[in-house]
Amino acid sequence: MYKAKVNVTLRPSILDPKGKAAHHALHNLGLNNVKQVRIGKFIELDVEADSKDAANEIVEAACTKLLANEVMEDYEIVFED
Amino acid sequence: MATFGVIVFPGSNCDHDAYHAMKHIMNSDVKFLWHKDMDLSGIDFLIVPGGFSYGDYLRSGAIARFSPIMQEVVKFAEKGGPVLGICNGFQILLEAGLIPGAMMHNQQLRFVCKNVFIRCETTDSLFTSTLKKGQVFDIPVSHGEGNYHINQSGLKSLQDNNQILFRYSDSEGNLTKQANFNGSIDHIAGITNSGRNVLGMMPHPERAMEKLLGSNDGKHIFDSILNSLSVV
Repeated sequence: MYKAKVNVTLRPSILDPKGKAAHHALHNLGLNNVKQVRIGKFIELDVEADSKDAANEIVEAACTKLLANEVMEDYEIVFED
Repeated sequence: MATFGVIVFPGSNCDHDAYHAMKHIMNSDVKFLWHKDMDLSGIDFLIVPGGFSYGDYLRSGAIARFSPIMQEVVKFAEKGGPVLGICNGFQILLEAGLIPGAMMHNQQLRFVCKNVFIRCETTDSLFTSTLKKGQVFDIPVSHGEGNYHINQSGLKSLQDNNQILFRYSDSEGNLTKQANFNGSIDHIAGITNSGRNVLGMMPHPERAMEKLLGSNDGKHIFDSILNSLSVV
């Protein structure tokens, strides 16, 4: 069993209103050194596969077909060893 | 007479509004289609209604897009069958790839439920053929994720091919910043696919059918659709 961690983030060119709102709130807390906040999604998948390559292929398919919308989002896959 | 099909997903909540609008106001034949149905025989026009299909989990429309009926909807649309997606229905059509682009959270992060004005941008579609270019309609919106986005080349192609059918405007038809309440790129309220047989729009014409309930401007759009279907 392979454990994949997927980070889905808004593309850099896309305005992130949730991140902006959180950024604003952090400034209200006095954390003025925070210069940017971007909010994304974190998804964990347990994948049954014979090899890491095979597992990666499955997670790639999951990302492109459903988990991320590539019109506005990027994704990154990390496998837990 | 044309038969309309209204698709019902778990979490749809404008399905009955659409049914009522078509059946009792437009006096048309209309059927509900459960999302697990695969049979669209006898249906001339599909409505993908508003609501919160699958609780908007992951992204609005992302899960509904994989409902069994959506495969048939895609085939129907690819054969030229007319499809209207309203609000969540628009989001589902985007996720299904029938219309280009994506929806983001409203710019001000608030769910907006109010009447707005939209301007007809072209009469070159079955949805707008009997409207007038520049005509303004008073139609309610009700969404949290209606901030339409597409990349610059995609936007240019929408503009060049006259695929933008409705834009948010003020009551006089001016494209003011304030009128574009959700931050949509180029004031986009409704667009069609390149085949011009699929319309996705965030405003709810099916909720603007009776003067007694505020506005009956939505009727104009359905009049146009019925007129186009009767000509075919």
